[in-house]
Amino acid sequence: MTWNWEFAFEIFPEIASAIWLVIGITIGAYIVSLVLGLVLTFARRSSFKPLAYLTYGFIEFVRSTPPLVQLFFVYFALPAIGISLNKYAAGILTLGIHYSTYLSEVYRSGIDSVPKGQWEAARAMNFSKIQTWFRVILPQAIPPVIPMIGNYLLVLFKETPLLMAIGVGEFLQEAQLIGASNFRYLEPITIVGLLFLLLSYPSAVLINKLEQRSKLGFGTRKN
Amino acid sequence: MEAYINILPRLLPGAVITVQVLLASAALAFVVAFVAGLGRVSKYSIVRKITAVYVELFRGTSLLVQLFWIYFALPAFGIQFSPFLAGVVALGLNYGAYASEVVRGAILAVPSGQTEASIALNMSNWQRMRLIILPQAFRIMLPGFGNISIELLKGTSLVSLITLTDLTYKGLIIQNTNLSYTMPVFVMLLVVYFIIALPLIILAKKLEKNASRGVAKA
Amino acid sequence: MGMTEKQLKSSNKPDKEMPLVQYENVTKKFGDVEVLKGLDLEIKQGEKVALIGPSGSGKTTIIRMLMTLEKPSGGVISLNGEPLWHKKIGDKLVPADEKHLRKLRSDIGMVFQHFNLFPHMTILRNVTEAPIHVLGLSKEEANERAVDMLNKVGLGDKLDAYPEQLSGGQKQRVAIARAVVMHPKVMLFDEVTSALDPELVGEVLQVIRDLAKETDMAMILVTHEMDFARDIADRVVFLHNGQIEEEGHPEDIFETPESERLQGFLSRFLNT
Ligand SMILES: Nc1ncnc2c1ncn2[C@@H]1O[C@H](COP(=O)(O)OP(=O)(O)OP(=O)(O)O)[C@@H](O)[C@H]1O
Ligand SMILES: [Mg+2]
Repeated sequence: MTWNWEFAFEIFPEIASAIWLVIGITIGAYIVSLVLGLVLTFARRSSFKPLAYLTYGFIEFVRSTPPLVQLFFVYFALPAIGISLNKYAAGILTLGIHYSTYLSEVYRSGIDSVPKGQWEAARAMNFSKIQTWFRVILPQAIPPVIPMIGNYLLVLFKETPLLMAIGVGEFLQEAQLIGASNFRYLEPITIVGLLFLLLSYPSAVLINKLEQRSKLGFGTRKN
Repeated sequence: MEAYINILPRLLPGAVITVQVLLASAALAFVVAFVAGLGRVSKYSIVRKITAVYVELFRGTSLLVQLFWIYFALPAFGIQFSPFLAGVVALGLNYGAYASEVVRGAILAVPSGQTEASIALNMSNWQRMRLIILPQAFRIMLPGFGNISIELLKGTSLVSLITLTDLTYKGLIIQNTNLSYTMPVFVMLLVVYFIIALPLIILAKKLEKNASRGVAKA
Repeated sequence: MGMTEKQLKSSNKPDKEMPLVQYENVTKKFGDVEVLKGLDLEIKQGEKVALIGPSGSGKTTIIRMLMTLEKPSGGVISLNGEPLWHKKIGDKLVPADEKHLRKLRSDIGMVFQHFNLFPHMTILRNVTEAPIHVLGLSKEEANERAVDMLNKVGLGDKLDAYPEQLSGGQKQRVAIARAVVMHPKVMLFDEVTSALDPELVGEVLQVIRDLAKETDMAMILVTHEMDFARDIADRVVFLHNGQIEEEGHPEDIFETPESERLQGFLSRFLNT
């Protein structure tokens, strides 16, 4: 059995039609992780120690357990305590929460790279805590890590096939269904792989460009 | 609480499979990482190109897609892997590609003065790599390997989707036969995964601390 | 020590008059910038030559090309009458392959400004690694040779230390020992004291002085230490802008410099 072009062309639109769903989930999860990541970063630095430790524990736990099991937990187990989500919300939330722990690391590295003098200068100018964060620290901490942040959009995109496990009909599940009903898996799954390459490669190049630009723009930021 | 305790022993056989998959695919990933990592810095451009294509291919698509391709599509070419082997091959090749970037980065991070000193001592290319560059690069790699091993552990759960009875799959079976166990099963699954990950986390943190010892400064 | 090896090497080319190292019309460009403009330079067996000149004049480039760390853009560098970067096949010159480079490299040693010791090895292993793996000496032979040399540079008590435990001066002395045990015919020194704290410079220069007296290795020394150059060199070469501006016996160069540029260059050292 070898590659069948006719079959491939026939099923391609069917698989590719999931693209808006995939993009929607990716962007939804990305927004969750961007925002929650920032919250985790602040909570981790909180001067209220129990909150800081709890956040640290949460990050370590979520980062080192499989997103697939987390997905099952959110979708199947949470209803037991009254939190019922549809599969799309469960998927978006799980991926978003999982990767928020990675993004909080990225934010943290950005914040750590802001010279200490900046904090002191902000204090000397009598900025409030909020002002210090949003006017002094974050505007310097975020730009250098923008490429890394951007990269997680790609990472999330590539994680979406996971959601087939709870029946979200993204690329891979479409392919799997086609494969099962035709007893031909080669073409549908290969098409999924190609779709990922096709969509992620240009984005990777774009992010790379962004990285070059951010290096140029912020390269002189050291004191 | 009783449910939680009841579940644990029934998960153990699955945990054993998970650890087996982890160890086997880590070994494969390790070998692949060095072969591909050295390929990326080869002096032959054809070798560099081939390894670059391999790395981009595996990093540009999803692990789950690769796993399905190896398990469901490869048989079209007459290659039928068992779920265990398919899992190990997919995980090994995928994380090997990521780890090869760690290897490459580490080799390039060894200051050029080390290369120049080796040339001045008339070492061959391979001696230079083996005696001077790799021993130093290895220390730089270790934290990266530590982190990838945790990612690899998480990745092993995907083999449950090709019917290998690993930890996750065992959990699903228990949950399926007793729906009132849903909450305890998934909580315990997460806990057991975390327990398996714990030594890796500690190791990774340790390695990160010691990374710069015995490496030339630029 | 190693006499048989030395005799073997020189018996290939018994011609005493042939220069050991010869640069003929050598040019070097980095991108569009020509940093060496047709260099002609000869170094005889056992000769000690000091290269002096302002920053950027091309001193480092000259010795890095001989060490095969940098490829000349034009001209020929020969060692023992054999072209370094080319290989003669019949009477055609083709670019040298790794094998050819390694053969010729065995007569050249180099000490770097920043030592470049191997941080993952003890001092002893730093010095024995190449003799064992490159020269094929047994571990015992290599150890003997290394300990002997490390004693000479005053570090016989540091065999099991790691580079990070040594001072800059000690590191540089190890680096010298590491190069010398390979028994090269020509040793290259690139500002080997300029990364050192001032109080450590003397000990390193002393080691090189002793070495110069005791061995018949040729030496090319890039240095900013004028007293040292004068003391040790048979010949001093003053470079400016990728060209030899003036060369001669140290007395002449330092006492009666002819070119204005050399006068200017030297006056800066006398004033400090
Ligand atoms: N790898 C390189 N790429 C580009 N330009 C280079 C490179 N190496 C050297 N140059 C340039 O070549 C010129 C000569 O450099 P070289 O290092 O030989 O000078 P030098 O005489 O050793 O100077 P110094 O006393 O500062 O060590 C300089 O202008 C330098 O900027
Ligand atoms: Mg120089």
